[in-house]
Amino acid sequence: MLALTVVGSVVLVQFDWFGDAASEEAPPIDTLFDVMVVLSTFVFSIVMVMFGYAIWKFRARPGDESDGAPIHGNTKLEIAWTVIPTIIVLFGAGYSWIVLDDIEARADDAMPLKVTAQQFKWTFEYPEADGLRSDELHVPVDRQLDVQLEALDVVHSFWVPEWRIKRDLVPAGEGGDEIDDEFVVTPNEEGTFSLVCTELCGLGHTTMRATVVVESQEEFDQWLDDQAQAEAGAGGGSSAAGGT
Amino acid sequence: MAVAIKQPGLARGALGFIVGSAFGFGLVVALRAISGLEIFQTEQTGYPHLVVPAITGPLGFLVGLGAFDYWFRWAAGRPTIPEDHSQHGAKSWRDYFKFNTDHKVIGIQYIVTTFFFFLVGGLIAMLIRAELAQPGTQIVDPGVYNGLFSTHAAIMIFVFVIPVFAGIANYVLPLMIGAPDMAFPRLNALSFWMLPIAGILFLSSFLVPGGAFDAGWTGYAPLSTGAPLGQSFFNLGVQFAGASSVATALNFLVTIVTMRAPGMTFWRMPLLVWANLSTSLLVVAATPFIAGVQFMVLFDRVLHTNFFQAAFGGDVLSYQHIFWFYSHPAVYIMMLPGFGIISEVISTHARKPIFGYRLMALALIGIVVLSYTVWAHHMFVSGMFAWLRVPMMITTLLIAVPTGIKIFSWLATLFNSVLHLRSTAMLFALGFVTTFTIGGISGVMLGMVPIDIHVSDTYFIVAHIHFVLFGGSVFTIFAGIYHWFPKMTGRMYDEKLGRVHFYLTLVGMLGTFIPMHWVGMEGMPRRVADYAAQFGDWNLMISISSFLLGIAQLVFLYNMIVSWKWGPRATANPWRAKTIEWQVSSPPPIFNFDEIPRVVGGPYEFGVPGARHAIMGGEEAEVRKPEPAVVGAAGGGGGGSPGERGGP
Repeated sequence: MLALTVVGSVVLVQFDWFGDAASEEAPPIDTLFDVMVVLSTFVFSIVMVMFGYAIWKFRARPGDESDGAPIHGNTKLEIAWTVIPTIIVLFGAGYSWIVLDDIEARADDAMPLKVTAQQFKWTFEYPEADGLRSDELHVPVDRQLDVQLEALDVVHSFWVPEWRIKRDLVPAGEGGDEIDDEFVVTPNEEGTFSLVCTELCGLGHTTMRATVVVESQEEFDQWLDDQAQAEAGAGGGSSAAGGT
Repeated sequence: MAVAIKQPGLARGALGFIVGSAFGFGLVVALRAISGLEIFQTEQTGYPHLVVPAITGPLGFLVGLGAFDYWFRWAAGRPTIPEDHSQHGAKSWRDYFKFNTDHKVIGIQYIVTTFFFFLVGGLIAMLIRAELAQPGTQIVDPGVYNGLFSTHAAIMIFVFVIPVFAGIANYVLPLMIGAPDMAFPRLNALSFWMLPIAGILFLSSFLVPGGAFDAGWTGYAPLSTGAPLGQSFFNLGVQFAGASSVATALNFLVTIVTMRAPGMTFWRMPLLVWANLSTSLLVVAATPFIAGVQFMVLFDRVLHTNFFQAAFGGDVLSYQHIFWFYSHPAVYIMMLPGFGIISEVISTHARKPIFGYRLMALALIGIVVLSYTVWAHHMFVSGMFAWLRVPMMITTLLIAVPTGIKIFSWLATLFNSVLHLRSTAMLFALGFVTTFTIGGISGVMLGMVPIDIHVSDTYFIVAHIHFVLFGGSVFTIFAGIYHWFPKMTGRMYDEKLGRVHFYLTLVGMLGTFIPMHWVGMEGMPRRVADYAAQFGDWNLMISISSFLLGIAQLVFLYNMIVSWKWGPRATANPWRAKTIEWQVSSPPPIFNFDEIPRVVGGPYEFGVPGARHAIMGGEEAEVRKPEPAVVGAAGGGGGGSPGERGGP
């Protein structure tokens, strides 16, 4: 049983469960998941080995009409399988709490970013670049983003799978103070990703996506300049050129 | 024909439906005309001239059917007959289409009706999987697709899983506790007849302007408050299904508390009775929340209230809180009765007492209490008050403990047993233990906030809920149907076809739902009609497996229909079980017992020499108490010979 657990755990941890990771928040989450895979494999192996053994060993021979042993319980065993799982899940809860604090820790130099969702379109606003707006999300690598969320019509949800971070955007109105509409994430891999809406928002939910480009600080600054010029050239039009 | 209209029944019910609908329609038209409003308000969410008849029509149907005849007669001061059994029992198949007060008839009515909706919901699932077999849009457009997964879930949850358990328990539970019927037979019949109304309301939304409701079964506001007319049919269907289950739960509670046979103390009740006691406690307290929140959505839509309109001071997130305050306990409403079934099946087909009977019962109560404290784990990414996440995570993970106790106890029950592996009921019970353990483990992972942030609203969730609701609930339903089929029909089913059904279902189920974990974690969101090409291969495999799963159910259907009609006659107790329902004929006599049985011991005394659970009326057998040595062998407080110690 132990061998099976070890083999199972090793195989399952090797498995690339999550796909690519591209943020500083991803490794702690992935590690938590791997630890859970090992623990789960352990529990599942115990259950399945006992189960398989019992089925193989105690299966009735044809025509056997006898009864099993009249065992009604065993208090020590029952206490054990109440207490041990309690310890395991409380360990999991404590560990998760630590990871949660870790991935939500704020940096001093975070770049503010405003994300607005409406059926079925994403808009990104850069307060540090005089409120420049874009339909495509460009962010510099290795700098924490302080993301502010707003929904204009129904509930949407912001998710970049490679970043592991997700948060709903809620149409808030006057009660908006009570809604936790802010999160942080630190992309640490350059590349092009997809922002996916994960809360059913209507007919266009399936196609409510946006392109996410993570690039070096220089490339990002260059992109901001280009956008600002394009916007000025278009007479301060509503949305950035090339975005739509 | 004139006679048929005067007699209570489907014909008069149809007339009642027409009269009721016409009344509702006329009321709206008249009121709007008097008020000087535009008579047919057809702005997107309104349509009061269709929504109101959708309430009054079904009520008219129930009146026409005869659901209220007795009470009307009593209210009008006309003589009622205290021992009127004219609506009780079935002499021919026609009686199954009438308002019938016999719990055994109602049980069959429930099971057949809910399995009809299971097939409808399953066909919708096949359509969903056909669309998702390849990336791109092939069969249905995204609007229709949103309607398909919404109706699939609504039908499966509200008119299959929840009520089919009520149906099985309706048939079995009064027999098990030695009662002649449920406590309130007329209420019981009314509960059943509200159910087809709910299902028909869900399905008829396909026919109304704007198509079927498409905001998911969760119907989050404000998407649902602004959705087309079909959403109102969802709101109303939930009311009828909810009223049906609350009334049934009340009935179970009163029946279990007041109608147990002499000697049936709480600690001598079979675990199926414990499970339905726990479930009913959840239903009566939690279901009013979903009824309330769907009314609030309906009022926002039709009466222009602003419960969930942020722009007018409404609170969008409160919808989710109220919805999940019901819908998380609902997961246990859909699972606890199954736990009860599995305990009966494993004990009987393994020829052993349930290991740790008392802790098994207490674990059920533990789940009931904890399940009210975990709802916000559905909302870790919703933007709710952030601090609430950690306490909800801890309670969520703790609920794994009583659930684990049940798994370990079933496992321990198998040791030193005589395990009848060729029985289909037992196969489904064993399959359940496997698949439900997987669903439970993925549930623990989902309970952890950091993991949930990533996989929330992805196919990982779809995988998890199907492992719990298909690998969990549906497997227990099949186990229960096979186990009690001889009792209900008086016929034996074909075990060979049963085994074919089980293995096809198991393979199809694993092939369908295991890969969903992976595609979800790698980035495929749920509730999408199209997906990135990288997920194409897995989705094709999922679809093929799901078709296998669909075909497997045809084997079940064939087996059930043919065996019911032509199967060999069943004896009273083909499984040699100890509980009371097996001590009467198959099917049981019209009033269950000539004389109420007397309970003298625990329900699972397999292998205990001379132990009895109940002495049937008229039986001259000598009562022998279980020998003291046996109590010693119980090894302490885990269970003992439950009946011998302590009362309620």
